[in-house]
Formats: sequence, C-alpha cells, structure tokens
Amino acid sequence: MDNPITHSPDFFEDNSPESTKMLGRSLFDRALTALCVGLSFLALVPLASILYLVVKNGLPLLDWSVFTQLPPAAGMNGGGFGNAVIGTLTMVGLALLMAAPPAVLAAVYICEYDPKGKLSNAVRFAAKLLTGVPSIICGVFAFAAVVLATGKFSAFAGAVALAVLMLPTILLTSEQALLGVQRAYREASYGLGATRFQTISRVVLPDAAPAIMTGIMLAVARAAGETAPLVFTALFSQFWMSSLMEPTASLSVLIYNFSTMPFEHQVKMAWTASLVLVLLVTATNVTAQLVFSKRHA
Amino acid sequence: MSAPAAAKDALTAPVRTGPDYFLWLCGAASVGAIFVLGWIFFEIFQEAIPALKEFGAKFLTNATWQPNRDRFGVLPFLVGTAATSLIALLIALPPGLAIAIFLNEDFLPKPARQFIRFVVELLAAIPSVVYGLWGIFVVIPLIQQLGSWCAERFPNVPLLAGPAYGNSLLTASVVLALMILPTITAISRSSLVAVPRTLREGSYALGATRWEAIFGVILPTAAPGIVAATILALGRAMGETMAVAMLIGNSPRLSWSLFSPSGTLASLLANQFGEASGLQVSALMYAALVLVALTLAVNFAGEAVLRYTEKRTAGIR
Amino acid sequence: MIATPPPMTEKTQSAPAAPQAEDILDVPQLPGRPDIITVRDFNFFYGKKQALEDITLDIPERQVTAFIGPSGCGKTTLLRNFNRMNELIDGVSHTGDIKLAGRSIWDPSVEVIALRRLVGMVFQKSNPFAKSIYENVVYSLRIAGTRQRAVLDETVERSLRGAALWDEVKDRLHESALGLSGGQMQRLCIARAIANRPKVLLMDEPCSALDPIATMRIEELINDLKKEFTIVIVTHNMQQATRCSDFCGFFYLGNLVEFDRTKQIFTKPREKRTEDYVTGRFG
Repeated sequence: MDNPITHSPDFFEDNSPESTKMLGRSLFDRALTALCVGLSFLALVPLASILYLVVKNGLPLLDWSVFTQLPPAAGMNGGGFGNAVIGTLTMVGLALLMAAPPAVLAAVYICEYDPKGKLSNAVRFAAKLLTGVPSIICGVFAFAAVVLATGKFSAFAGAVALAVLMLPTILLTSEQALLGVQRAYREASYGLGATRFQTISRVVLPDAAPAIMTGIMLAVARAAGETAPLVFTALFSQFWMSSLMEPTASLSVLIYNFSTMPFEHQVKMAWTASLVLVLLVTATNVTAQLVFSKRHA
Repeated sequence: MSAPAAAKDALTAPVRTGPDYFLWLCGAASVGAIFVLGWIFFEIFQEAIPALKEFGAKFLTNATWQPNRDRFGVLPFLVGTAATSLIALLIALPPGLAIAIFLNEDFLPKPARQFIRFVVELLAAIPSVVYGLWGIFVVIPLIQQLGSWCAERFPNVPLLAGPAYGNSLLTASVVLALMILPTITAISRSSLVAVPRTLREGSYALGATRWEAIFGVILPTAAPGIVAATILALGRAMGETMAVAMLIGNSPRLSWSLFSPSGTLASLLANQFGEASGLQVSALMYAALVLVALTLAVNFAGEAVLRYTEKRTAGIR
Repeated sequence: MIATPPPMTEKTQSAPAAPQAEDILDVPQLPGRPDIITVRDFNFFYGKKQALEDITLDIPERQVTAFIGPSGCGKTTLLRNFNRMNELIDGVSHTGDIKLAGRSIWDPSVEVIALRRLVGMVFQKSNPFAKSIYENVVYSLRIAGTRQRAVLDETVERSLRGAALWDEVKDRLHESALGLSGGQMQRLCIARAIANRPKVLLMDEPCSALDPIATMRIEELINDLKKEFTIVIVTHNMQQATRCSDFCGFFYLGNLVEFDRTKQIFTKPREKRTEDYVTGRFG
C-alpha cells in the first residue's frame, strides 16, 4: 500500500518550529565551544609568561661560573650558586637513599605478601594520608625531630624533610608498578617450584623495575624543586658545604632569599637559579617518562 | 627404582628454603611507613603542648599574633588560608573544567589536545618558588594597578578598600589559582573519561548536540568526580607555602580587603620558624597542627568522594 | 596381561563390564601399568561455591590423559590442584585427597616446592619471562640452586630438543624470549617445564591461543613427550582429545561423568551425557 507521506516532496524539508530552535542550538553550541577553547588557551598565557621571563632574565647570567662560585654578599656583583647546586643534589640524593628502599620494600609487602591483610590496608591508608600532608609540615617535622634534637640546622635535617615528602609517593607508585606485572608471570614462576622470595626477586621486581624507576624519578624531580621543607631545616649558607651537619644552601632557598632582596644583581641571580632549577626538574621529569616508561611488548 | 617410588622420595626430600627473611624486611618497612606518619603527629604534637596548655581553643579565635609579647592567635591566618584557597578555587575552576572537557572531547585535532595537555603538565612541574618569583614581577604590579583603580572607583566597598599594596591576598590567590589548575584538570578529566561511552552514545542517538550531551549527561555523571577534584584542589591550595609567602605580604593583622597584605597558616610557618624561640616555637607547632588537621580533613573528604564516584560509574557499563 | 578396568565413577550403576577382546588388543602391553596420580572423593570449593564434586579417578603413568567438557565444568580447577596452584587463590578449600605416587600431596611432610618440581605446568597463554631463551629454560634449575655452567648448558639443549625447538633457536639462546612467535613461545614454556624432569606434565589448553600449524606441532610433541612424562591435558577441542590422548575424563558441572580410554569415550560412551557431548549435542 502506498504511504502518501513518503511521496511528498516536502518530506525532508523541516519547517517545524523545532528547526529554528535547531539553529539557536547550534549557535549556542558554537559559542560554548569558543568559550571552552578560549579558556583552555588562557592557561597558556601565564605559562608562556613564566617560561619567557625565566629564560629572558635568567639566561644573561648563565655561564659555568655560576656552578663554580659562591653567592655574592648583599649588594655585591658577580658570584654564582655552585654551593646551592651541590646542596640540592646532595640533600635530594640523601633523601632518596633514605626514602626509596623502605618505600619499595613496603610496596612489595602490600602487593606480594599480603595484599588484603590489615597491615597492608593500614599502610595504604597511611601513605595516602601522607601524600596529603603539605610539604611545609615535612619541614616542621624535621625541625622538631632533627633540628631541635641536634641543636643545629643541617643538610641532614633538610634531607629528612625531603625523605618524608618522597616516601609516600614512591610507595604508591611502586605499588602501581608491581600491580602492573601480569599474573601469568607469577604463576609461571610458582608453577616451576619457586619460593615467594625467588618469584619476587627474579621475576616480579625485574619486570616492575622500569615503572618503579619512573616513580622514583618523578619524586626526585618534585623534591628538587621544594623549598618549604628546607627553609628552616637546612636554612642557607654562603659557603661550600663541608659537612652534612651544617646549614646548607639549596637552589630553591636561594631563589626564595634572593628574589626579595632589594639588589638588582641578586634578583638576576634568582632568575638564573630559577632557570637552572626548571631545567633540572624538567630534565628529570622527561627522563622519567621517556626512558623508563618503555614497557616491553 | 621405579618411577613412582622415586617420585615419592622426591616429594619429601628436604628443600633448602628456610624462613623468608625478605618477608620480615618488607614487613618491617611497612610498619616503618605507618610509624613515620605517627611520628610526625607525635613530634609536632609534643612540641605544641606548651602552647596548647597556654591557649587552648582560644588560639583559633584570637586575632593577635605578637611574638614579643607571647600572645598568639591564628584567626587572621585561618581567615587568610580560607580566603586565598577559596578565591583561588573560584578563579581556577572554570578554566580547569573547560580544559578537562576540551581534552576529553574532540573539538580540535589530536596534536592540539596533546599540546594543551603538555602545557598543563608543565604548569604542574614548575616549582612553587619560581611561581613566587614570577608573581613578584608580573602579578604584583598588575594587582596593584587593579587595586588602585578599585579603590578609586569603589571607595566604600570594604572588600576592595585601599591602600592597594602589591603584596596582597588577591595576588597570592591569583598565583595559587594557577598552581592548582593542573590538579583540577587532571582529576576532572579522569572523571570525564570514566563516563561510560554508552551514555554518551545514547545521548547522541537521541539527537543531542555535543554540548547538550555534555551538560545533560556527561557532566552530571562526572559531577561527583569533579566535586572530588575541587575538594582535593582546595586541600592543595591550603597547603601551598612558598608562592603564597612571597606574595601575600605576611601581615599578622586581620583585614577584609582583597588588596591588603594578609597571611596564611603555611606562610606563617615559613616565615617565622627560622627565628623563633621559646613559646613562639610551640605556638607555631600548634599552628602546624591546625594546618595538618585542616588539610587532612579536606583530603579525606576528597578521597571519600572519589571512591564514591568510582563505585557509581563502575555499575554502569 | 589384562587391562585394568576403568575406575568406578560416581554414576556408574552396573558393575564394570568384563574386559572385551578389543580392549585387550588395544592396550599396549605394559607390565602392571601403575597410576601415578590418584584422586579420591575430591571436593573443591572457591569460598562457598563448590567447583568439584566427589571426583575419583586415577591418572595412568606415561600416558596422555585428557579432561574434556564444556566451559566451567571444573576440569582446569582439578588440573590446578595437582600441583597445588589453586592455593595461590584466597579462600579455597577442599575435602578428599589427591595422591602423587601414593603420598598425599597435602601431607604435612610434603613441600609445595618439591611437588611443583615433580609436577610441571604449561599454561593456556604462553608466559615466558622477559629474559633470554636460555634463562627461561634454566629458571627452574637456578631456583633450585644449580649453578654449574655445564649442567645448565646440557639442560638447555636437552629441554629445547625435547620441545622440538632446539634447531630454531640454538643460535639465539641469549636473545629475549619475547621475540619468538606464539607457537615457539609455547614450546619454550614446554621446554621450561620439562627442564627439571618432572614426573607429570600438566597442560591447560596449551593450543587454544595458537594457529592450526603451531597446534599440530605441539600435538606431535605431546605424542613424543609421553614416552618420558605422564601428561594430563585439559582441552576444549574434542578432536584434539581424540588425536592426542589415551585416556579421557568427561566433566560436567563439577562432576566426573565418565573416565575411560579415549577410544571408548568417543565410540561407545557409557553415559548419555557423554554421548551427547561428544556428538556435539551441547557444547
């Protein structure tokens, strides 16, 4: 039977009131899209400004001497921040040594030995809580536990503060890395008669190692840029580091101190130090994500 | 020896395993991690006891902070912490959400999206100190101008009252907004990604435009996740120290203007710990306890909402 | 020598039939074929859910025994109990017993590690370690403490030959195992499993992820391997069971319906359900 509607030439012409609404809808749509895109690119502007200024203001004073010389006294020209670079590297390195092994071992425990147990749940909860603790509190803790106890500001105290900062992050990323190891690997190992320790050390950890390293490097990058934990634990120093139990310079604290000084040269130094710090942090981040994120096929 | 007999002996042959020392080591590390958390609280609490005894709960309502007279109250800093964080959140939420939506939809081709994502990640990686330095030379002049303009145009609005210092509440809030933007974007985006495709496709199948699908279906489903993102960003803002310390002016006086100097709990700690002694140290420790309690409570709430979100979307597949 | 009659299965109503002439002629003349694994009244539970019900059977030595049946009927579950791999899962329990060479595998004096060295396993999806081919094969020796290079080398060659893989990889023993093809990887896993000379080799649908040619090669391999090892294979593929196995157990919903020589199961099954399954009436 013929259906008259399909034969009508007006079938596909839409003169209903809905079609004008449709036009309005698509205008609204486009306006929102434009707004969205606009707001997104808005984020670009400050970042571009920061990077531009860091490079523009920091580059002029950047040469090898900044790594080999000590900070200039107030009002003086010249100098560098070699001691700050060494201080940052030392304290971050020491913090890494203190935080990474326990964090990875704890991750092994909660992932391999007792995933559903009470201790594991408690550790996960504690780690999550710790990641929410502001970095300045890590400094306060190190102040109370080390500075007040030893009576002096020191690189060791600074390292302790950074270690507390890094511990929960490394723990949680290591747990993720271990969870990423396929169950089939573990089964194959157990099926061949391996003990749990052998399975962990010969199969699971090697497979998870790249991801664990990525997590560690990201934690290192973050710690290198931190200032608050160091401001009143390692304090600052105008001199080369001679022992771990003395106030020590660091890049971040140097930037903090110099940026508020009324001397133009010091401020320029702060920019240069910022450039070095940003480069250091970016390089570590990029290395972590590119080099270590290669998973085998 | 026949095969079964050999097997039988092999079954009970001693295997050289012994106790798993590695298990003990890992278990000790786990206990250690929990111990560290407890130790942090313990140390700070212990140092705060003199101030706790001296001031009790009035510490939180008293508005004077005078170290040389041993009078300590953190109300100005509580207000400053709340104000900077909330203003930062207000400023950062629209762009943060917009970027998250933008990255999740395909308004622009993939390379453009990857570029934006890269930009946001870069923003997250810049150290706080560098934000502060930049803020000093870029944001302070701008806010100062804005402040003077506002003081002229609206002389009777206490919120905008002058004199307009560059180092002010608003300056710190603006830079703080920039710093928490990546957090909002990242968490919102994962909530948007978690919205099942079937919902989105169902919406399109009914003839919705892209934005109608977003507002009608996707955002409501992702809403709890976005709320979580907001709460967690708030927590981050409250704990942020260096940029705020460099830009907020560090005044212990309670003021209601956006353009006058202020202080937050975090900036207070950063500024005064280095030279504090006696009761001041204890008061600062008390302030640290307050900050920890606040940030932990906020983070806890954020995580709880996140877990609720995960449970909700897990059901729709 | 007469063939040992098939064991009493739960549902068998009548007494086992007297051995027929064909049965006697079909059996290779083995002097007293021993059974290496015996299962008696075995029930298995994942938490509260029962996966296996009153299983009783004997696995004959140096023969290929296949477990067949539709998905979820418990055949893999039973297989994984033979080397106590199910213990890796939380909340499992069992009643009844499984004996290897006369000793219960849950006997307190038995070390799980020793058991797993005697009962090897090849998994459904090949899972070579991300190490070299050499290291994959010698893994079980290394964890047992063997370190002499000569012993390791000899094991590698013997195992890879035994798995019909030697000629293909002998020049790249120290390259990553992950560069092999799917079929090669599975043969590597077989080589790895036989490196320690287990008495029993368990194979859980070893060919399900492989193409027909690779499958054929592995089936040929199984025929070779049974000269030295007892093989228990779980398979979905009935044709594979007829090609490869000597004995067959048909499982359905956690019960062992019938256990007999493969020829018997596929030509003159005693149970209706068996007949329905092998003729394809359900799958």
